[in-house]
Amino acid sequence: MYKYDSYDQAMVDARVEEFRDQARRRLEGKLTEDQFKPLRLMNGLYLQLHAYMLRVAIPYGTLDSRQMHALADIAEKYDRGYGHFTTRQNIQYNWIRLEEAADILADLAKVEMHAIQTSGNCIRNISSDHFAGAAADEVADPRPYAELLRQWSSFHPEFSYLPRKFKIAVIASDTDRAAMRLHDIGIQIVQNEAGELGAAFYVGGGMGRTPMIAPCINSFVPLDQLVTYSEACLRVYNRYGRRDNKYKARIKILVHELGAEEYTRQVEEEFAHLLDQGVEPPLAELERIKAYFEDPLFEAGTPETIDRSDPDFALWVDRNTVPHKEAGYVAAVISLKPVGGIPGDATAEQMRLMADLAKDYSFDELRVMHTQNVVLPHVRKADLHALWTALDEAGLGSPNLDTIEDIIACPGLDYCSLANARSIPIAQKISERFAETGKTATLGQLKLKISGCINACGHHHAGHIGILGVDRKGVENYQLLLGGSEAEDVSLAKITGPGFDENGIVDAVETVTSVYERERQDGERFLDTYRRIGMNPFKEALYG
Amino acid sequence: MAETLRYRDDEPVDHPAVTVDSFLDQSNASAVRIEPGDDARALLPHLERLALVEVNFPAFGDGRGYSSARILREAGYDGELRAVGDVLVDQLAYMRRCGFDAFEPDQQLDMDDVDAAFARWPEVYQTAADARTPIWAKRHA
Ligand code: SF4
Repeated sequence: MYKYDSYDQAMVDARVEEFRDQARRRLEGKLTEDQFKPLRLMNGLYLQLHAYMLRVAIPYGTLDSRQMHALADIAEKYDRGYGHFTTRQNIQYNWIRLEEAADILADLAKVEMHAIQTSGNCIRNISSDHFAGAAADEVADPRPYAELLRQWSSFHPEFSYLPRKFKIAVIASDTDRAAMRLHDIGIQIVQNEAGELGAAFYVGGGMGRTPMIAPCINSFVPLDQLVTYSEACLRVYNRYGRRDNKYKARIKILVHELGAEEYTRQVEEEFAHLLDQGVEPPLAELERIKAYFEDPLFEAGTPETIDRSDPDFALWVDRNTVPHKEAGYVAAVISLKPVGGIPGDATAEQMRLMADLAKDYSFDELRVMHTQNVVLPHVRKADLHALWTALDEAGLGSPNLDTIEDIIACPGLDYCSLANARSIPIAQKISERFAETGKTATLGQLKLKISGCINACGHHHAGHIGILGVDRKGVENYQLLLGGSEAEDVSLAKITGPGFDENGIVDAVETVTSVYERERQDGERFLDTYRRIGMNPFKEALYG
Repeated sequence: MAETLRYRDDEPVDHPAVTVDSFLDQSNASAVRIEPGDDARALLPHLERLALVEVNFPAFGDGRGYSSARILREAGYDGELRAVGDVLVDQLAYMRRCGFDAFEPDQQLDMDDVDAAFARWPEVYQTAADARTPIWAKRHA
């Protein structure tokens, strides 16, 4: 994985000192809260309902055991002994004191980590495929491109006061495991007929109150124009994105209002101009970064067979491991979704255990998934039983990847000051209900996503089943949505009808899954059945 | 009125800047003020008669002026480029990178903080409108 050189380290260290100085000036009253707010946000510091929250970047979701140990130490030293992995492959700490924030950033800098631009109206942490470097279907490892763009976007002098936040995802396979088309810019590294790599740009996707699927604006940007093209996309947005209304300020609204064609025309014009401005690093820089992402030394001839005599282990293998490009290996998913637990939370001890297991079994590498789980990307099949045994003892062995228990949920009203309703207790109740009835097993792949308000941090628009918390005359109420997908078959979910109360929504989820069980044909997922039969049968079952 | 910070050796222009519309109407004006919604490219045919461009920041969070500045510098404008309005110490370093060489803040800035802001970044990751060499160029020098 990528390692800082002295330049990268100097930049991160300078940022820590800058923030220390800003926090001091804030505490001395030289900066007003209004002036300080965007500065702290650009260092990941949010003010929540009860305390400050710090969001730490995990660029493209990749980290090593030393870094995971540091995250555990921070959870213990500055927080309440746990952290929360987010849908953008970051980690959040919920109980932070402003006075200590600079010290945390300094601790992070020691292990080549930071909280730079994890919030604010700037280019955010760049996300990627959590199986990068392990997946058999990728044309290249997408992470070097993400790292190139991370450096370009860090402390960008022109694009730090954008109309609104800006999220970029990079993938390199036709299977989309990063919700690429629901980002402000989604980049897919592709191969053309001549065998050359290039980048397809999808611009103007997003969730929030106006969900949109990004159109492709350029299907092949050569790799030696990647930064220049990105710069052109951003400049058009910075100049013409709406600033009169915060809810219309994302790039998706600009692309929608101009039309994809006109936006593309403006980008191409700006791009033609920028080509002469020397903003593109040489390809040698990309090659330098790529060298850090070489395959680890996989062992040839390691056994393909797995002893499945323990049924609990066999179930976990079936559900939580994913085929690998290398014979004898799998990618193993550590579920952070124990039945009745808080999706994405991990204690400091659990983080340390995951770190140690990564060191023992996965070439010292971990990944954070946007579905709030953790991956050990390169595990020998021969090591799986030992790995599972250790995970299971620590409460990390839930065999529920991609099942209805593998719920994405935003922090909701338990933490978030923007929330209309709680998300976490709904997730807990649903996973408990389905685990109790044993239906989890029979439903197969079913992606359920919950947001506590219309901002959609819990990706409810992209859930096979989505739940949106709303406020109805001061009472928490939940709308049900069906038919969304964030994958390569991307679609936006539709609302079923009137909302439900806290218990009613759990029953409603059960009702729609019963319709699926009744109607499904061979091999269909919930989403496939919904697409075939449409909304009506579900509506009838729900509202009669 | 706060003091104007100038990082140029020439004499300041002594007449007031006019709006973009009046600038385009008058053939003798040499100082213009750009508002966030103005298109900086409208000035490009007239760069040779310009000695001062003020870019107004009515609110520091509106970042359009950064693009305006870079566009002017990219087109070869080498007169004074002055950020005016809600110009705060924590935005100075990025403004400088985008080509501003004068600052006329609404509120007086603490000069120690200003010096610290300009000395903050040991390196830069990108090419911009200043002369700094980006990290990638140093890596492959
Ligand atoms: S979706 Fe709403 S409630 Fe949930 S984290 Fe985002 S802003 Fe907060």
